[in-house]
Amino acid sequence: MSFVSIRDVRFSYAQEGEQPVVNAVDGVSLDIEKGEFIAVIGHNGCGKSTLAKHLNAMLLPDSGSVVIDGDDTSVEENTYTIREKVGLVLQNPDNQLVASIVEEDVAFGPENLGVEPSEIRRRVDEALKAVDMYEYREHAPHKLSGGQKQRVAIAGILAIQPQCIVLDEPTAMLDPSGRQEVISTLLKLNREQKMTVVLITHYMDEAVLADRVVVMDSGKILIQGTPDEVFSQVELLKKHRLDVPQSAELAFRLTGCGLSLKSIPLTQADCVAMLEEAMR
Amino acid sequence: MSCVLELKNLGFVYGKGTPFEKRAVDDVSLTIEKGEFIGVIGHTGSGKSTLMQMLNGLIRPTEGQVILEGKDIWEEPKKIRSVRFKVGMVFQYPEYQLFEETVYKDIAFGAQNMGKEGEELDKAVTQAARFTDLKPELLQKSPFDLSGGEKRRAAIAGVIAMDPEVLVLDEPTAGLDPMGREVLLSQMVRYHKERQNTVLLVSHTMEDIARVADRIIVMNKGRLAMFENTKEVFRRSDELEQYGLKVPQITKIMQDLRQKGFDVPEGVLTVDEAFSVLVPLLKKEGKLW
Repeated sequence: MSFVSIRDVRFSYAQEGEQPVVNAVDGVSLDIEKGEFIAVIGHNGCGKSTLAKHLNAMLLPDSGSVVIDGDDTSVEENTYTIREKVGLVLQNPDNQLVASIVEEDVAFGPENLGVEPSEIRRRVDEALKAVDMYEYREHAPHKLSGGQKQRVAIAGILAIQPQCIVLDEPTAMLDPSGRQEVISTLLKLNREQKMTVVLITHYMDEAVLADRVVVMDSGKILIQGTPDEVFSQVELLKKHRLDVPQSAELAFRLTGCGLSLKSIPLTQADCVAMLEEAMR
Repeated sequence: MSCVLELKNLGFVYGKGTPFEKRAVDDVSLTIEKGEFIGVIGHTGSGKSTLMQMLNGLIRPTEGQVILEGKDIWEEPKKIRSVRFKVGMVFQYPEYQLFEETVYKDIAFGAQNMGKEGEELDKAVTQAARFTDLKPELLQKSPFDLSGGEKRRAAIAGVIAMDPEVLVLDEPTAGLDPMGREVLLSQMVRYHKERQNTVLLVSHTMEDIARVADRIIVMNKGRLAMFENTKEVFRRSDELEQYGLKVPQITKIMQDLRQKGFDVPEGVLTVDEAFSVLVPLLKKEGKLW
């Protein structure tokens, strides 16, 4: 069985006095394997954040099921086990840091789980080293840059030693270099520690780095596949007013004028190579 | 063209005279012409937000001058309030500042404080709503019932309703999805075209800046690193990367092709532009219909 198994999940938010938002998630089935790096893209309101909150039992499905490593999220006794296995990082780093010193903030999770002090020390050091923030361990979080804060938030999750980390637009509030820091940290965790990563993002240049891209639209999965498979569907993505990398858009428009291509380039290097070949 | 804003040796030090003294802006001099659309870029902590806050007197420079339409804004400190009507500022995440019962009242708030009333006020509000693409039926709703993108636009409408001579937008598209970004940006371009006033857009999204700005201010470590037209700035991509900034993917692609000896121009900023450059080249090779 897959590490995460989502079966026909439906979920609506109840709203007082008004029509409920009909099916924020509307019949989604998805399996995520251990060690996978998955990117989820889609408009605001497409249900991707709602789906993410189902992965650690923050939300429970109205119908269907979410099973994490064999544990059904709708069984209350499983909640804490699940939250130890799946950590959630949110968009705004300022909303998720609680302590006035970096290492204390990272220690918050394991402290709550009743981990031995010496083990907490070890985990905190290890987590801060993993996100490359060890030298800032005694700094005040509010004086860090956005990218640094977000990496501290990730370290706070790592100290719980989860098997999967879910990030809801972790780079939306960061500048380009802050984004770069966070994304390389995630890639490193995925490749070196085999951490399962679910990255929700609006940035296509981040999505192309994933093993698999899931595109959501109106609460449903529109398409999924490798970045090559997904981003070669330029027309479909454009129709749903989603972005594609500029290289893919350029290549797509050139194929429309008769250029024949083996595949749609997703990166700068691929695109340059493609154009070089076509013009030589 | 006439000059609307002039900065003379402008500088700012936070916590001056305390152990926490920190220089944020260092000796910035530049002039902005009336009607320009200026992009402002820089790494986090480069001083761009501090610089923007000095433009309408929210913070008082520790050195140098801000000259608005020929007059130092701090010449008569008591009249600084009037400067804020002339230089309208939209902060990051402005939707957190909505507070009124209806969207209409929220948009009207600033203009009302300026003394606008009756028909004039109504006109300012409806026009601002039109510029930000808010449908008339939304105006009587509570601002808290709007979507994220709509809230953002309602907050911007509140500043536009004051009809500022200079509009400063600090990362107006941060956190919006690609569609929300697109709507907001094209509305701002339309607004600028119709009103012909001056707009300063602070953004981390280089693709957006590349599309809309006439000239770009690049800040680095509190100093003015570049102030050139858009093509020139993005042509110097190596320099931008040193400042922790990125150039659009399409610009890099075309630059690589140029370096490999292909006959493509420098500073290509959009996919449209690249497409129209490449089509004739590929046709010559017989690769297109």
